Amino acid sequence: MKRKDFDVIIVGAGPSGLAAGFVLAKAGVNTIIIERGKFPGSKNVMGGIFYTKAMDDLIPEFYKEAPVERHIIEQNLWFMDDVSHLGVSFKSQKYNSEPFNSFSVFRAKFDRWFAKKVEQMGALIINETVVTQPIVEGGKVVGVKTDRPDGDLYADVVIGADGVNSFLAKQLGLRNKIKPNIVALAVKEVIGLDKEKINDRFQLRSDKEGAAYEMTGPFLDGMEGMAWLYTNSSSISIGVGVVIQDLIEHKTNPNDLLEKIKAHPSVAPLIEGGQTKEYLAHMIPEGGYYATPKLFTDGFLTTGDAIMFVNNVNREGSNLAIESGKLAAKTYLEAKQTGDFSSKSLSRYQDKIRKSFACKDLSMYKNMPKLLEEKRYFLTKYPQFFIDFVYDWFSVDGVSKPDKIKKAKKEFGDKFGYVNFAKDLYAIWRYMIR
Amino acid sequence: MHLLVFIKQVPDASQVRVNYNTGTLIREGVPAIINPFDKHAIEEAVRIKEKFSGTVSVITMGPPMAESSLKEALSMGVDNAYLLSDRVFAGSDTLATSYALWAGAKKIIEEKGDVDIFLSGKQAIDGDTAQTGPGIATRFDIPLVTYAIAIKDIDLKKRTIEIVRLIESGAETIETTFPCFITVEEEINKIRYAPLPYLIRAARATIKILNTKNTKIDSSKCGLKNSPTKVKKAFTPQKRERGEMINKGSMQDTLNFLYENIESTLKDMGKI
Repeated sequence: MKRKDFDVIIVGAGPSGLAAGFVLAKAGVNTIIIERGKFPGSKNVMGGIFYTKAMDDLIPEFYKEAPVERHIIEQNLWFMDDVSHLGVSFKSQKYNSEPFNSFSVFRAKFDRWFAKKVEQMGALIINETVVTQPIVEGGKVVGVKTDRPDGDLYADVVIGADGVNSFLAKQLGLRNKIKPNIVALAVKEVIGLDKEKINDRFQLRSDKEGAAYEMTGPFLDGMEGMAWLYTNSSSISIGVGVVIQDLIEHKTNPNDLLEKIKAHPSVAPLIEGGQTKEYLAHMIPEGGYYATPKLFTDGFLTTGDAIMFVNNVNREGSNLAIESGKLAAKTYLEAKQTGDFSSKSLSRYQDKIRKSFACKDLSMYKNMPKLLEEKRYFLTKYPQFFIDFVYDWFSVDGVSKPDKIKKAKKEFGDKFGYVNFAKDLYAIWRYMIR
Repeated sequence: MHLLVFIKQVPDASQVRVNYNTGTLIREGVPAIINPFDKHAIEEAVRIKEKFSGTVSVITMGPPMAESSLKEALSMGVDNAYLLSDRVFAGSDTLATSYALWAGAKKIIEEKGDVDIFLSGKQAIDGDTAQTGPGIATRFDIPLVTYAIAIKDIDLKKRTIEIVRLIESGAETIETTFPCFITVEEEINKIRYAPLPYLIRAARATIKILNTKNTKIDSSKCGLKNSPTKVKKAFTPQKRERGEMINKGSMQDTLNFLYENIESTLKDMGKI
């Protein structure tokens, strides 16, 4: 008889693996989650903003119980050069009402809590165990090998929720080795700061309200990347992620970049007097839509970062991971009705992913990576021009405003050319908005 | 064979720092671990069980969070886990703790049968007293072998065990009879990477809670009030400054430098 230890083996206790485990266990499926870290969340890193919707659908009003930091009521986007920032800011009291749009969270705390919920549903979570390879019999994935003695496990379906490096998908030939131009290396510091100081500095009216800043522009020396700053209850998360290819070409490392950002005159006062409590680093999938690998094969589904399910334009990742985990679980439940776990049966997963909001978002931005690779000056020359123009405009220096506009128009024409500018606008429209 | 291991959950000493301003320990964010010596006691019990068959039970006294240590013990191959947890135990010293653990052990014996070998680490890394294990052995009035570094032989028929223990001048081998209490040194074994089935069983296992309601324990012998040990004073040792690093390039040059300067330096320090 064919050996079977569990109905489903989930590899990785991150947001997508846990979400899949939650849905499956809730439906009474005999599920095991294998995690390599000391506990779920111990290896997980993200910038720090968690969008509530996907999780709230799974566990309504989870934020009343889960370890969340502050709900975000203000969003800033800054274009920075070395001495200035030109920003867009949006703050709304609408974000102050439940179920809240997003929270700052710490993955390590949050995932540990989420894992408890999954365990309560009846899934088993095994920590400190590394899945080394899939067990394939007759062309079908039938289980996994782990690094433990007597470590083989068999199941109907294996869900590879094993993160950005996804060795399982690689070994199964679902994806190629990831190229350095489709992943970013992100580093982050957690800087401890008194609650009151945070409330004052960021103009927040309570310890529950939070603010978020995203920063890009010429200060990154033409590298494609994004820095961020988020408020937690009594700390600040500050970090930067840059496409690895660019780090290699610029012979720079993200730590130095983070120090530069921390010392930036617009940023330094926000973190002044704080003490670094933690230092974290992680890879972030940046490839978007086109980098998505094959999502399934016989007896196997893959989710989350492993399928590059990250919308880096809107810094959504963990919510998409949860969404993909749910869809994988639903696919299993449907397949279980006929007992058919073949590639054909599991292909329903692809349809579900395609129809999801997340995939539609990714599809909208699908040409972004290419666009930014070709027209890197979107992040450098254009912002720099506008920063300089705004500086000039607000400077009272004896030059009349009409003359300033005239000068700016000429400079713009010399620098970019109006025809090129029109082409670029068209490119943005064609690539992104369409 | 029935083995019972006493363990303690302690703060990970390698991550505890001292606040030199207040003289207190910074415990915030410090993970709790199984006392490392106790972990070797668990490993030894599981090895004995694997060789001679039987069951291993484990007990700890502490707050509900100590469950995580019991789960870890289960994943190492332990069969039954008990948490002795009750508000009346708060603040117990080694005398009160050994009393409560003894009472808990008697309950386990009631449930799972007589114990042949009791084990624990030689001491806990937070208190460093090495008193609780011997305290339990005394209450059971059984042979006690401390600082064990090896189990040489077990004779199930004669119900004897040969143990090598550390003494100041070296090691001695002792033979004793069941039931006995052994406290172990770290070198008694190497903790293995547990097999996956152990982990799965541990994840499924439930931990039995013992308290004053379900176990015969005299509350008047427990807790801070009934602990004769009093903390009179706590002090923080002087923060040691980092020594000077001497590196003169090659080993020979460094040695020459040391040779030339050691006498005058020691004189300056008033050591000679």
